[in-house]
Amino acid sequence: MKSRKGLKLTIDGQPVSAPQGATLLEAAEAAVIPIPKLCHLSGLSDVGACRLCLVEIQGNPKLQPACMVNVREEMVVVTNSERLARYRRMILELLFAERNHFCAVCVSNGHCELQALAQSLGMDHVRFPYRNPHLELDASHSRFAIDHNRCILCTRCVRVCGEIEGAHTKGILGRGTTSLIITDLAQPWGEATTCTSCGKCVQVCPTGALFEKGRAAAEMIKSPDFITNLLEQRGPSEARTEVERP
Amino acid sequence: MKEGFARQFRVATVWLDGCSGCHMSLLDMDERLMALADKITLVYSPLVDAKEFPDEVDVTIVEGAVATDEDLAKIRKIRAHSKVIVSLGDCAVTGNISAMRNPIGLAAVTVRSYGDNLPADNLPVLLETVLPVHQVVPVEVFVPGCPPSADTIHHTLVELLAGRQPQLNELTRFGA
Repeated sequence: MKSRKGLKLTIDGQPVSAPQGATLLEAAEAAVIPIPKLCHLSGLSDVGACRLCLVEIQGNPKLQPACMVNVREEMVVVTNSERLARYRRMILELLFAERNHFCAVCVSNGHCELQALAQSLGMDHVRFPYRNPHLELDASHSRFAIDHNRCILCTRCVRVCGEIEGAHTKGILGRGTTSLIITDLAQPWGEATTCTSCGKCVQVCPTGALFEKGRAAAEMIKSPDFITNLLEQRGPSEARTEVERP
Repeated sequence: MKEGFARQFRVATVWLDGCSGCHMSLLDMDERLMALADKITLVYSPLVDAKEFPDEVDVTIVEGAVATDEDLAKIRKIRAHSKVIVSLGDCAVTGNISAMRNPIGLAAVTVRSYGDNLPADNLPVLLETVLPVHQVVPVEVFVPGCPPSADTIHHTLVELLAGRQPQLNELTRFGA
């Protein structure tokens, strides 16, 4: 990492130092202050899609996603309050209500970031009506499949495909809750000519939406940390450095 | 609930649209059932003979989702006569396996299962949408899991007997 001027801020009453250009999420994680997150993955760009990393910043009445805010000198941040816990539970409930999540029979049961967050944040039931949308499963690829029922639209797969593999196979079709992860121009995955079948998208998917074929319930264990190792191996010239935000 | 339950604690268990796995898990408490039996009267359950849901029940443990008009009538009667309702297991809490037909639609599911031979007269009528219990009547305690472990159910009952709201985060989760 480039040596950059250290900024001093306070997170949860704890003095923290972070380089200029770092996000609040990076600064908190470096100080071992955990912030819940689903769309962020170290090594990928941040998009602020899941909103779970919302924090309170003194002087700002609005909650801000920690992955999208750069550290500033003298910043005072709260990552854990009753208000934040309430909002985070609500976000999880909306994610569960939006599509069809059946943990008991899911390939990722026991290894799912969404399921784990529901447990750790105390989300034990959904107060909103379930939408029960009718969604397809695309198993046309020889090794992988995508079940849109389990997709939370975090877009990690889209970002890893473009930013790390460089294939740009995965994309998003549509808007809002009707958005779908697609391959190439929305053709079946097995017919997507740009796909290198590297499987990075499967490894970074936080739920059971992307999985290896042949896995039964609870058998899909993923290793999203490969990105960090890969970027280290590639060295600084190729590594995606943190973008300086205005 | 404040003074705890000095007298016998009146418990009911109900099996709506579920696989009975949660009841199996309840029986999995093994010898701990004997200790609980000193404090509890099981007034209504698939495990006992009572045919009518009693008037006054302290805690009703509900397995399964609400999937038929019969479930709907049952759960409303249960709510009217229970101080505390426990949603036991993922089907009661989220709909889970019972609710997997929701995205497909009732018509498509019944045609696939029965063709033209859907029995019309003598079966409860399936609801268009399977619902978790708390989306029909208020629920006091949620116990996720498929099924929740015997330890989880034991802890839930012990805490309720002591007049406390069970804290189950460490013990169970969806799909556990």
